[in-house]
Amino acid sequence: MTKTPVLEIRDLQTHFGAREGLIKAVDGVSMTVNRGETLAVVGESGCGKSITAWSVMNLVPKPGKIVGGSINLYDRNGGSVDIAALDPKSAEMRAIRGARVAMIFQEPMTSLSPVHTIGNQIVEMIRLHQPVTKKEAEAQAVRMLDRVGIPKPTERMAAYPFQMSGGMRQRVVIAMALSCNADLLIADEPTTALDVTTQANILELMKELQAEHHTSMILITHDLGVVAEVADEVAVMYLGRAVEQTDVFTLFDHAQHPYSRALLGSIPELGKTRGQRLTAIRGMIPHPLNRPLGCTFNTRCPMAIKGACDAVEPDLIQTGPHHHTRCLAYQNGYTHHFDKKPEGAMRPSETIGGRAHV
Amino acid sequence: MHIYIFKRVLMMIPTLILISIVAFLVIQLPPGDFLTALTAGMEGRMTPEEIAYLRERYGLNDPMWLQYWKWISGIVFEGDFGYSFQWRRPVSELIWSHLGLTVLISFVTLLFVWAVSFPIGVLSAVRQYSFSDYFFTFIGFIGLATPNFLLALVLMYVGFKYFGQSVGGLFSPEYQNAPWSWAKLGDLMAHLWIPIIVIGTAKTAELIRVMRANLLDELHKPYVATARSKGLGEMRTLIKYPIRIALNPFISTIGWVLPSLVSGAVITAVVLNLPTTGPLLLGALRSQDMYLAGSFILMLSTLTVVGTLISDILLAWLDPRIRYQ
Repeated sequence: MTKTPVLEIRDLQTHFGAREGLIKAVDGVSMTVNRGETLAVVGESGCGKSITAWSVMNLVPKPGKIVGGSINLYDRNGGSVDIAALDPKSAEMRAIRGARVAMIFQEPMTSLSPVHTIGNQIVEMIRLHQPVTKKEAEAQAVRMLDRVGIPKPTERMAAYPFQMSGGMRQRVVIAMALSCNADLLIADEPTTALDVTTQANILELMKELQAEHHTSMILITHDLGVVAEVADEVAVMYLGRAVEQTDVFTLFDHAQHPYSRALLGSIPELGKTRGQRLTAIRGMIPHPLNRPLGCTFNTRCPMAIKGACDAVEPDLIQTGPHHHTRCLAYQNGYTHHFDKKPEGAMRPSETIGGRAHV
Repeated sequence: MHIYIFKRVLMMIPTLILISIVAFLVIQLPPGDFLTALTAGMEGRMTPEEIAYLRERYGLNDPMWLQYWKWISGIVFEGDFGYSFQWRRPVSELIWSHLGLTVLISFVTLLFVWAVSFPIGVLSAVRQYSFSDYFFTFIGFIGLATPNFLLALVLMYVGFKYFGQSVGGLFSPEYQNAPWSWAKLGDLMAHLWIPIIVIGTAKTAELIRVMRANLLDELHKPYVATARSKGLGEMRTLIKYPIRIALNPFISTIGWVLPSLVSGAVITAVVLNLPTTGPLLLGALRSQDMYLAGSFILMLSTLTVVGTLISDILLAWLDPRIRYQ
């Protein structure tokens, strides 16, 4: 099956004009989501993963604003619309939200209104985007609830969120998000607030539904275990930029960017012998108002070279048929600085600026 | 829901009994009684025998529990609130004759307060730190800080000087004792705006702050983001979700708005010469007219309890989280 993109983000810039200065929360992010696939976006807190997601919904919280780049959403006939260019309040944008791009939030406890029944909230979503009667919408909502594994769905329509457990609520949120058959589902840490067994169930359910509806998904997470379980592609973000993008197998076996490798090295593994220490990434994330010059990771990078990494901003470079990395060690003209080739290095290839095709 | 209301009504009974005891005790606490206050102004024009006779007649020599029992049993069993020494009329007659206009003013003021503070509160929360937010915050603080009697004097001056109105009271002299007619109603309306603004301003300012703070809390909750991510328009999102939930504390204000509208307006009523219950209560307290004062305090407390009950029922109706617990 050939891969067709459903969403292409190119050089996205979302900035926040705070009183203290301009915060570049997302500063040149490019990534592609293919139809029917899951792209996991990983990174530490504050790296811009969530703001990227909000940008795709065109719902960046104030005082943030999309100031550059494009977010192209493709329909099944190949037509596309640039979300970044739409007015967040326009009817056109509202017609996309929920119907073509739907979102699942982190906190099932608070992402549903506490004073409306779950039936009311799902029916509202369906009737916003589909010309159906209230009865039909209700029947549809019951079917969705049944599908996500809510027992006695008809009775549950009249329940309030506080009468359900966290896992059940997240199922309701998923049912709601999928009720209009969206092409793209954005899940912002959908299982973080749940306990581990519930997490596994919810992930399993999301995978099933995705296969059924042929939905694409952007999964935002900091849990690499979740990534390994559900992702097809992975984008690693650091300080508002995508530093590496590849498929999930390549990332786990041949991660190139020092940050990606450090992230993978910091996961505890079964079978590690006693006394072996986890590698922590040294240092702290720099303050967003105080970004390092050159490569943003150079202050914490074990491979950083003085005079190069803290001076030259690396480009996102295609380093393999399906692999992009933003690191000078792979960039023409700089590779000789790095005496020891990082693992998984391939021949440095041509620079393609901030643009990359995953 | 019915069980909830029944339980709440049942719980009111012990509360009210307790309140009536405390109210009666508080009235009796100041040294002396009505006769001490009365004779103080007469300086020996009454002989001690006469005073002792009156004290016996009014039952002021009885032990306190007996006085209380006479008072409360009269209220409960006969609807008799006792006798006002000062006015030489039954308390109930005095209260009822003042109560109608008091309730009218309170009710209209409450509507005024809500009608003004709700939209402004919403506006200054949704457009936080905008010009309109700062403007209304400024006005609101002035409203909170201005003493009611001063505002009353200013408005009376303005009303008299620029609108040529007869100010003070609720009616012009020619309608004072006239039977009800459309003209008299119109005259009432022309007088009503001053007390409403005076009594309502501080409450309005307060409720604007309450509404603004509540809504600001709700606006950034994830369920609002969920509603937006569904594709719901901004206006519908606001009305259906955060405003609806921010209304809760707004509703619970009824509990204290009711009694404070009756008692809190004493100074305003005195300045504006309004025929309401406020000045009557003040007079009763000063002359230690104990049955009148006690009945007033009991009524205000009852209003508080009833107001709380009403707001609780409304809250339960509005918010399933309360209803189902």
